[in-house]
Amino acid sequence: MSYAVETRDLTRIFAGKRKWFRRTKAEAEEDGAGTGPVTALDGVNLRIKEGELFGLLGPNGAGKTTLIKILCTLLLPTSGQAFVAGHDVAKDVFPIRQRINMVSGGETSGYGLLTARENVWMFSQFYGVPSKVAKERVDELMHVFGLWDKRDAKVRMLSSGQRQKMNMVRGFVTDPDILFLDEPTLGLDVNAARTIRDYVMNWVSDKAGKTALLTTHYMAEADEMCDRIAIIDNGRILACDTPENLKKMIRTETTFRLEVDPLRETTAFKALPGVKNFSHKQDATTNRSQLTFILEDEAPVAEILSAISAQGAKVHSLQKSEPTLEDVFISMVGRGFG
Amino acid sequence: MSAATVRRSDLKFRVSLNLRSVLGRAYPRVIGANREPSWIVFEGILPLLGIAAYVFIYQSFSEAAIAAISAGQCGASACTSPEQQAAFLQAAKANVNALVASVVLGGTMVAFWLNVLWSMASQLYWEKEIGNLQLYMMAPMNRMALLGGMAVGGMFMTSVRAIATLVAGVVVFGVVFQVADPLMLLAVFFVTLVALYGMGMMFASLYLLWGREAWNLSALMEEPIFFSSGFYFPMGGLFRIPGWGSAVALVGSIVPAGLGLDAMRQLTLGPTAFGGQLWVLSALVELEVLVVLAVVFLILARYCLAYLETLAKREGKLTSRHQ
Repeated sequence: MSYAVETRDLTRIFAGKRKWFRRTKAEAEEDGAGTGPVTALDGVNLRIKEGELFGLLGPNGAGKTTLIKILCTLLLPTSGQAFVAGHDVAKDVFPIRQRINMVSGGETSGYGLLTARENVWMFSQFYGVPSKVAKERVDELMHVFGLWDKRDAKVRMLSSGQRQKMNMVRGFVTDPDILFLDEPTLGLDVNAARTIRDYVMNWVSDKAGKTALLTTHYMAEADEMCDRIAIIDNGRILACDTPENLKKMIRTETTFRLEVDPLRETTAFKALPGVKNFSHKQDATTNRSQLTFILEDEAPVAEILSAISAQGAKVHSLQKSEPTLEDVFISMVGRGFG
Repeated sequence: MSAATVRRSDLKFRVSLNLRSVLGRAYPRVIGANREPSWIVFEGILPLLGIAAYVFIYQSFSEAAIAAISAGQCGASACTSPEQQAAFLQAAKANVNALVASVVLGGTMVAFWLNVLWSMASQLYWEKEIGNLQLYMMAPMNRMALLGGMAVGGMFMTSVRAIATLVAGVVVFGVVFQVADPLMLLAVFFVTLVALYGMGMMFASLYLLWGREAWNLSALMEEPIFFSSGFYFPMGGLFRIPGWGSAVALVGSIVPAGLGLDAMRQLTLGPTAFGGQLWVLSALVELEVLVVLAVVFLILARYCLAYLETLAKREGKLTSRHQ
């Protein structure tokens, strides 16, 4: 079996910045300086097969981007090993760099004075793509991503969505074997996100040997796109399986979602008998609390409702639902992404 | 067996990859930067104001000297004959032309020094901020191709601006150049640029780790280098200042523009200009020193970049926190 990506006990610790001047704790926290070492990845073991669309799901700060940076040869591991296309990221970077590309959400790369077409062509040259081939690919991909009308517009005149489409064109123009997509649909409208998702899924399934590693915190996106998903939190892989199997892990449990008036106190819910895990989100638009309960069975529902009533809050909706990937995450770490 | 695309890694491919990378990185500077004609005003015409300030000061000094000679004062004593007076007058006028020409040449080279400081040395830091650096660093090209592309593009872009300034300076201030050895002049100019941009490539690597401090350092190196490298006066004049003058000039000579300008002034004004008193070394020796500087800076740039890239990968400094 050939692995597109393999990591063995991969650990990355960021040393805290040195404090040149005495500063207050608040100042240090604000710029991240003087805050001490941070373990971004903690003994990560992953194997991504060639031809797989693999998802990395986790909240902000979970270590997703750090992992991608190591795999893209931009960062060295503190300990452990990582291999991309069979090559060690710390020792043998040239063959890795020939085979990879990366697109990040909200990326502002490129030069504003160049046109979208020129920008993508420029990046293709750093991979040695012959100019004629590069221009043909750029034109084809610009059609695919709906950027053809803007091909000769200067990059600084593009909207953020158009810019992200240009970044996607840049990612594919070098014909990589392994594509790293770090929250690629961040901030895109529904149609643009759909175009990108469809293209990535088709690219992996239709072309032999193409692999994509997608990080996202859009659960539905990961669920729809990925062959397998690893759930990561605090630099550790908590689970790694197909979306279906991950959901099966908690299918013996019952998921209830409630929408209620704002609650003063929510910590007590976790202590109720039969409540396995619980998450709480405040919806700013409706000014209501959204509660998700992972229960061993349906027995605790009555007790939950009376606990809510005891706070004088009204229950607007109560729904028993199929588990989602977010429920899997809540079940594992005891909190949601929000 | 892997179904992934077979990739070439032979020498021919690598050479082609790096040449393409140089062209790719030079492109935004060659095409993009000249796309908006506003540069003609901001980078072609406005620099003339800085040059004009020095020209007017030198011209006013010379007018006082010419008036004194016309009144019969030849140096410290009175003119002894009309022939002596005419010779002094001619020398004074030649000196004015030489001074103004020195300023115009210096003002032209200022464009290159500013480009090296702000578009070479600080460039990788700026690229990091906008998110380009990580894309460059994960590409298979050699890092020297990246710096080479920046340098080639910068040289071309700045040459266009420098020529505009030079032509405008010659037309506006009526400067007369006498080029006896154009090949030597071209060689000095070319080697000066290679050495200067080699220095910029070396700084670019160092700035990669310094972050925001890089901007302050660039600002700090702007005006003092104008002075110590003799951008607006013949650098040899500094050596004639007792005490600190020589030390300042020696520091200024490390910046290749200093010796390069000195050699170019000799080759465009003649070695006897300023009575042959204000030159640092002969143009040929200066060319040899510049060749050495060019080689040293390019080698240092190569090793600095390799070392600092590894250090930056270890410390996580190739990308900003928000990327």
